[in-house]
Amino acid sequence: MNTLITVSLLGIAAMLSEVFRFKKFIQTVFIAAVTGATGLAVLDWGTSYSYFRFMVLFDDYALAFSILFLVLTLIWLLLSQEYFCNENTRADYFALISFSLAGAIILSSFSDLSMFFIGIEILSVSAYVLAGSNRSDIRSAEAALKYFLPGAFSTGFLLFGMALIYGATGSFNLSNISLWIIANHSNLPVMVNAGVVFLITGLLFKIAAMPFHNWAPDVYDGSPTPVTAYMSTIIKAASFAAFYRLFVSCFSIMADWWTPLLVIAAAITMIGGNITAVYQNNLKRMLAYSSIAHSGYLLLAVAAINQLSKPAMLFYLAAYSVASLGMFTLVNRMGNEQQLDKLKGFAHDNPFYAALITLLTLSMAGIPPLAGFFGKYYVFLSSIRSDLIWPVIVAVIASLIGVYYYFRIVYNMYSKPAASAHVVSLSGFDKSAILITALLTLLLGIAPALIADII
Amino acid sequence: MNILQTIPLNHYIMLSALLFSIGAMGVLLRRNAIILLMCVELMLNAVNLLFAAFSVHHADGGGQVMVIFIMTVAAAEVAVGLAIIVMMFRKAGTTDINLFDTLKW
Repeated sequence: MNTLITVSLLGIAAMLSEVFRFKKFIQTVFIAAVTGATGLAVLDWGTSYSYFRFMVLFDDYALAFSILFLVLTLIWLLLSQEYFCNENTRADYFALISFSLAGAIILSSFSDLSMFFIGIEILSVSAYVLAGSNRSDIRSAEAALKYFLPGAFSTGFLLFGMALIYGATGSFNLSNISLWIIANHSNLPVMVNAGVVFLITGLLFKIAAMPFHNWAPDVYDGSPTPVTAYMSTIIKAASFAAFYRLFVSCFSIMADWWTPLLVIAAAITMIGGNITAVYQNNLKRMLAYSSIAHSGYLLLAVAAINQLSKPAMLFYLAAYSVASLGMFTLVNRMGNEQQLDKLKGFAHDNPFYAALITLLTLSMAGIPPLAGFFGKYYVFLSSIRSDLIWPVIVAVIASLIGVYYYFRIVYNMYSKPAASAHVVSLSGFDKSAILITALLTLLLGIAPALIADII
Repeated sequence: MNILQTIPLNHYIMLSALLFSIGAMGVLLRRNAIILLMCVELMLNAVNLLFAAFSVHHADGGGQVMVIFIMTVAAAEVAVGLAIIVMMFRKAGTTDINLFDTLKW
């Protein structure tokens, strides 16, 4: 709770910094507050308190995800230094980032459908503005529009699902809904089933899973690269935290009804996302499709819904997000031309950092003994425990396709540059971002129990 | 109030499902960004109607509070949405979403 209050106050402070003229220090304030909020979440560890008349519940699940979001934000700051350069807009950007972080924390801790709605809206509305934050670029404006319209549309579906479930159960509280569903398990009204389908539709839109993924590549491509990195890591992690929390605490008893839907969505997302990524020549778009494909693996963990899927999801999100932030550091440095060809000669100029990026790429592809491998391992393990055998086979095939395009990145980095090509060069902050993400990837690969055993 | 309660709950569900479908079809079929926004509003208001009806049916105030939440958030969302559409209109000179193709679909 203290974490949520700190982050919300930080957003307000960031807005006020414009009025009271402490804009210059807002980055320091931001880093201090986010670090402090992380510390507060760590201090609360092991407790489980409910606030606002049982509307939010800060248990270990909520705290673990809050810490994940905050730590990722701190790493993300390293690669987005230039995004905050402009004196006129930096206070706004910091405010929007703080508010979306507050939304993310609510999404990991809600225990009431209305809080779920508020959280997802705080998160998304800030993200719409961030996507369009490069005002001089038409691509950014278009990305904002293409993010906003599907986002608002899917909110409608989410709300309709919530209304149907409220209509059947007469409560917004997750534990009351769960109790009601357990009591009426033998003859559930159609409204509950329909409500769950609407909720799934809305959430699949939000996490950009196929067949509702159409907006994602364009939005990821058009947004300023730091915002893309933010969307594909923290916002994605928050949406999955909410997805899992909602379904495990309300609808686990009627899993037979919705597991097939999620499994089918997961299978087509994994296969479709990976195959489409193969055909991309633009690194940013390739990472967008790869992010869609990773949603598929995560959906499998949600569909498995057993003891193992909670740590599997947390670990997968941590491993994927960390590696992804490192990759986006490179994309950010490529400027407006993110063709894969532009990476040629990168390894010749920066052999050390090219090796680290290779490491991150291998982690995303799922090569042992890196973090990404253990993420996939845990997800597959939990799916097999729930007898989802064929989806796991599909997932393994999809990861093999994934290896191909991840190796294209490595191949391009180690090729000789074209004669007159401008080779990508890294700033000090970029180097530290890549170093930190690579070290974390190695650490999580060597000692996966660090994260997997805590919840 | 009494007149409203004599209407069976099913009619409210039908009406809001119909309004919701009209809104959803509008979003899928229309191509003008502002009309899309109006259709999204229609969807949200169909949901509001449903919440209010269920709230009376269960004699529970929660549904009506939720309606207030939805209206507040929808207002914020529309403010952001209109700002984005205005920004796009300034750049592209149109609000037809089919013509927004700098990013390939």
